[in-house]
Amino acid sequence: MISAPDTAIAAQSATLALGRRRLWEDLTFTVPRGEFLVVLGPNGAGKTSLLRVLLGLQRLTSGSVWIDGRPPRRGDPHVGYVAQYRAIDPDLPVLGRDLVGFGLDGHRWGPSLRTRASAARIDDALDLVGARSYADTPVGRLSGGEQQRLRIAQALVASPGLLLCDEPLQSLDLYYQRAVVEQISDWNRRRGATVVFVTHDINPVLPAVDRVLLLARRRWALGAVDQVLTADSLSRLYDAPVEVLRHAGRLVILGADLGAHELEPALDGAGHGAHA
Amino acid sequence: MTSLWQYAFVHNALIAGAITAIVAGCVAPFVTLRNQGFGVHGLAEVSFAGAAGAVFLRLPVEVGVLGASFLAAIGFGALGVRLRERDIAIGSVLAFSTGTGVLFLTLYRTYSTEAFSILFGSILAVGPDDVVRAAVVGAIALGALAVIGRPLRFASIDPEVADARGVPVRLLSTLFLLVLALAVTVTVQVIGVLLVLTLLIAPAGTAQRLTLHPVRVTLYSVLIALGATLGGIVCAVYTSWPVSFFVPTFSLGAYLVARWLGPVHRAMPRTPAGHHETSTGSAG
Repeated sequence: MISAPDTAIAAQSATLALGRRRLWEDLTFTVPRGEFLVVLGPNGAGKTSLLRVLLGLQRLTSGSVWIDGRPPRRGDPHVGYVAQYRAIDPDLPVLGRDLVGFGLDGHRWGPSLRTRASAARIDDALDLVGARSYADTPVGRLSGGEQQRLRIAQALVASPGLLLCDEPLQSLDLYYQRAVVEQISDWNRRRGATVVFVTHDINPVLPAVDRVLLLARRRWALGAVDQVLTADSLSRLYDAPVEVLRHAGRLVILGADLGAHELEPALDGAGHGAHA
Repeated sequence: MTSLWQYAFVHNALIAGAITAIVAGCVAPFVTLRNQGFGVHGLAEVSFAGAAGAVFLRLPVEVGVLGASFLAAIGFGALGVRLRERDIAIGSVLAFSTGTGVLFLTLYRTYSTEAFSILFGSILAVGPDDVVRAAVVGAIALGALAVIGRPLRFASIDPEVADARGVPVRLLSTLFLLVLALAVTVTVQVIGVLLVLTLLIAPAGTAQRLTLHPVRVTLYSVLIALGATLGGIVCAVYTSWPVSFFVPTFSLGAYLVARWLGPVHRAMPRTPAGHHETSTGSAG
């Protein structure tokens, strides 16, 4: 099953335990190239760990995973990574452009003499996420949403065929959530890139998603939204009655913990109290 | 008074001081970027034990300083990357090494001036050999910084993504401590182990009050370190007050001036232009 040429990711009986805790077991699936896969699940279900496995930062307890037919390796230039949001000290002497540039050559040793070509690639990535206007502002002075766009530009600047995003919508308000989803799904559609998008709220990504991988209680389910996020499938997964309501184009899941937002205050550094 | 400028020791002091200021000014922005002020202080105190040990064994003081701070850098690096753990580790090593240094100096009673110059520097006593030594150590420090600078910045700002991109985050942390050990070795000669922070952190802190542009921060940091060091030496030569009084005074003075007059304030995040969050916020 390893490598059909149109397979971006393949997993065979992949199992991960951290210490004595088993996160997920016997994960077997393939992700075709160009798919937008959303990974859903409660906190602690091992979503971030799955990304770390795909990044080559975490070894499986048993089973195998392949990316483009090869085991994941750290520093793979074809894999872009948007890490979870982390606040940046406002006094750091680092410009938005620098942050994006790290995605291109931050791993290289030696003095940084940027060529015109690499400067142009950085500008392209900035344009892609609409961050050109604040590219020369210190990153710590930007709002959370602006920083997040820069992180996406950083992940995209090396033109990865596979984009791994860890909760890229966290701490963003609805305006930025929509913008971020649009940018990533645009990359997915226009470049035919594969996207693995970890989140705990499916609704903002509903317009972009192809399939959902749900990790919960050491089990998993994979399929289209309509197959996985149904009362039947969820009730089976959680061993408890779960209801799924559709309202105004949104999905509301009752009775199953998906690690949902629980009134988490929007930390979006836009922070001018303008949230409606 | 002008006749003082005819003396070679003044020239040696100014050249060694300039080398020190350039090295310290270039290293300092990385210290603030990585929030490693405590690490600098730790290396300096360990180098006190090394210097005292060298005096005891009749070796050159620089050998003791460099040896001890290198060992400490490798030790701190091996003890791990988590800042909290590292702080506790540094604290324990510090107390032990300072105690050891005191023991050495007590055993080697004859030269209490040695202790004084380790603690507070001896820039006005440097000879041509010391200048050459400072130049070599300083050049190695700057060369190493040029090689590791970019991945080090990446790893300092965004360790998780850097790790995923294949940057050896932990190795870089140790390599930077080694560069820091070189910088401390050069700096100790001018200002002594007790005051290295004044050249290895303060200039960058001051520069960051004036600009947050990365290249300019380094440039200003070097200029501020040069001003404080050379100004301190000149004043010391004229007044016969200690260099170690003037350098921190000028360094602090520069910081206060920058704080009052500098354009960089701890401002609220910039208001983003061009969207209308209020009107889009509720649709969803």
